[in-house]
Amino acid sequence: MSANAGTVPEVVPSSSLIPAGAKFPKAAKVALGMPQMRANLAHATGTIREKRAKVAGELDDWEQLRDAASAIKADVQHRMPELAIEFERKATEAGATVHWARDGVEANAIAARITREAGADEVVKVKSMATQEIELNEFFEAQGLRAWETDLAELIVQLAEDKPSHILVPAIHYNRTEIRDIFRGKMIDAPTGLTDDPAALAEAARLHLRKRFLSAKVAVSGANFAVAETGSLVVVESEGNGRMCLTMPETLISIVGIEKLLPTFTDLEVFMQLLPRSSTGERMNPYTSIWTGATDGDGPKDVHIILLDNGRTDVLADEVGRQALSCIRCSACLNVCPVYERTGGHAYGHVYPGPIGAILAPQLEPGRHDDLPYASSLCGACYEVCPVKINIPEVLVHLRQEGPHQAGEKAAMGAAKAVMARPKLWRAALGAARFFTRPWRNKGYMRRLPWPGSKWTVSRDMPMPPQESFRDWWKERER
Amino acid sequence: MSRIGLFITCVNDALYPSTPKAVVAVLERLGYEVDFPAAQTCCGQMHANSGYRRDAGVLARSFEAVFDSYDAVVTPSGSCAAMVRDQYPDLTGSDIGRRVYELSEFLLDVAEVEDVGARFPHSVTYHPTCHGTRALGLGDKPLRLLRAVEDIELVELPEADQCCGFGGTFALKNSEVSSAMLADKCRHASGTGAEYLAAADNSCLTHIGGGISRSGGPRPVHYAEILASDA
Amino acid sequence: MSAREDILNRMRRSLEGAGEAAEAPREYRRALAGDTEVVELLIDRLVDYKAQVHHGIESIADILDEGQPVVVPADLPQEWRVGEAIFIEDDPLDPEPMDADDLDAMDAVLTGCAAAVAVSGTIMLDTGAAQGRRAITLVPDHHVIVVRRDQIVGHLAEALPRLSATSPQTWISGPSATSDIELQRVEGVHGPRRLDVVILDD
Repeated sequence: MSANAGTVPEVVPSSSLIPAGAKFPKAAKVALGMPQMRANLAHATGTIREKRAKVAGELDDWEQLRDAASAIKADVQHRMPELAIEFERKATEAGATVHWARDGVEANAIAARITREAGADEVVKVKSMATQEIELNEFFEAQGLRAWETDLAELIVQLAEDKPSHILVPAIHYNRTEIRDIFRGKMIDAPTGLTDDPAALAEAARLHLRKRFLSAKVAVSGANFAVAETGSLVVVESEGNGRMCLTMPETLISIVGIEKLLPTFTDLEVFMQLLPRSSTGERMNPYTSIWTGATDGDGPKDVHIILLDNGRTDVLADEVGRQALSCIRCSACLNVCPVYERTGGHAYGHVYPGPIGAILAPQLEPGRHDDLPYASSLCGACYEVCPVKINIPEVLVHLRQEGPHQAGEKAAMGAAKAVMARPKLWRAALGAARFFTRPWRNKGYMRRLPWPGSKWTVSRDMPMPPQESFRDWWKERER
Repeated sequence: MSRIGLFITCVNDALYPSTPKAVVAVLERLGYEVDFPAAQTCCGQMHANSGYRRDAGVLARSFEAVFDSYDAVVTPSGSCAAMVRDQYPDLTGSDIGRRVYELSEFLLDVAEVEDVGARFPHSVTYHPTCHGTRALGLGDKPLRLLRAVEDIELVELPEADQCCGFGGTFALKNSEVSSAMLADKCRHASGTGAEYLAAADNSCLTHIGGGISRSGGPRPVHYAEILASDA
Repeated sequence: MSAREDILNRMRRSLEGAGEAAEAPREYRRALAGDTEVVELLIDRLVDYKAQVHHGIESIADILDEGQPVVVPADLPQEWRVGEAIFIEDDPLDPEPMDADDLDAMDAVLTGCAAAVAVSGTIMLDTGAAQGRRAITLVPDHHVIVVRRDQIVGHLAEALPRLSATSPQTWISGPSATSDIELQRVEGVHGPRRLDVVILDD
């Protein structure tokens, strides 16, 4: 407990308010009832949308870059075994130890073993979606090891005992005042009189982590790209916490999803233009680190890479769905999504929220997230901004077609189809609708419908059929 | 060119006769002959997008049979045109979508007319519907046609490119999120002070109009009806 | 079966009948327009991200204060060590190189670079000549980088061939920053909070 504790308002972790295991519609309803979070999200996503549009607009070859990135990633998927083996060979030749993990448990166990063998009981961490996905921190804790998040937003979430709500900015659901209160309440060495000035908050994080960086023995990272041609890993970051973790400790463990492969070093000329502009809306992120195995006299001597499957090879089998493996985790789709903007990430109930989560989660964990493909109005804003051109609406519809359907809905859809497939029945149905809605015709709309129509009339009136249909008018005219 | 087949869409068939009537008026004003094949029903979009692929396939094949003989099919719906063009190739292998045009595509790209001779002395704000704008790639085509209308006063809709929250069965399955999106759209629409809110899809207009009917704001109207107007 | 064999087999099984992907179209730019003033562009982009820009080697004397401990790579040209700062050489192959605490005691670090990309304001280090190992450009709070005119290119694609692909690389675009609070960029977190760039004209 910090000296400040008790004197500052406690920030309730918003993920704790959403019932565990709640399906999206229910979880979203809870999230919609959090006005501060909604205001924070609207402000943050609005800011980043504008920045992204501006810097993407600066490049007159943006569409050509997207086409290239999309095709390179499709090639990676088609040649994944060959590229993975090439990466392994090159990285090994350069002095890295490459491990393979079928799932999160295997990956976590390997990381924990390496940590212990290095004589450490704690690690510093670079922000990594893969380690979130496999819940490495929780695994380490259960093993008596400690994992310290060093990315500012991850640190905020860890201190708040909350869960990340965004791929790039896990604490996007908090504003500066809430972050100050979290620091004052939970950060043991928070400066006294800490204000909510973002620069002061960043300074507090710097002081809090500096000793830990300089003394850490083991670091755990993910990677944005794994270059097969050279065996190199790439980490894209802003704060320098990544550089600290990748440079200062003796031992480095990088957990890398197999879909992160790129064929050649030159391919970075495509992705390193697209990623920073799509994610933080910068022409380039402050720091990019690239390393290949171990280097004498520079950085960690003991370099490990864990190649992670965890459901990815199953996704690869679906020829429509596999494009989700092209994702470079930029978050542009979250930032433009009207659903995400209003519900935040926790409502999705998975480490990957937003549009990309809605197509990735149900594929990585089949049967567990069948509600997510419906968490979209199919407006297509996500596809429009995706730097690797993942056709998210297409995959959403595909997953809806693959997934199970509720019996009542199935019957209703079947009946609708049966009527619509027979023009005579269709005309009869239209006539019947006009007949039975006559009492409301003068008013023009209905304000309350019985369930399931009540789901509509909760916020919208329902217009009534007209007296004369187009068909009658046309018949009259033709006569 | 042989006659144009008019696909009015199931939503207009059931609720909005004035929109297909307006399409007929505009096309005939430009000298085209329009045919309405009475056996038409629905393009299958609701079934496809809700995950009922087989049902959608049945409806797609019946659409193909009804419209196969036309060189051009015109429809006043961006989302139905997008359904036929984007999803039929995968659903049934049909490329009939190449001959299916949303009204503004037909007017600008085939007829090559921007000024259709309409007059509409009212203030109008325009909502670019998602499927028309993004999936079909209409861009500002309907808006270009509206700009050429005599005496119209176009008012910009703030955050126009944001979805209204309809999304077919999304409005029912995720009713709360949909309603939150709708509330913002209605707020922006009424803030314009315009008399009318125009769009290229009556399903979206049903949604927005259903909200405006409670909150107040501009009257929803399909842009085809403005193009048909010569008041 | 090992995890490796298992995963590779699963990949192959999933890809049965998938065939080959089409060759990637590469219609994007690989250079800026010929008449671009790359030095001006670089300066504009550096300043935009709150780096300080200086011209000529003598400016180092003004950037670094008298008596400041400044770490430099052992192969940093002597003529760059101007002014009254105390230049301390780091040689990673030294049996007892500077450790983290030694580096933390430095006020600044002075290095060269491998390349600079104008369009994004990015300076690239690949631990080659006059750059030193990665730790020396990370721990001190102030980084002074000397960029020769001939190291400046317009576009990222022009810079990549100039890098030693398999050496440790650090691409730097402005001082350490974060966008984690309300997605607004704030300078100054864990990396050097002050970045000075000295441009040497031909």
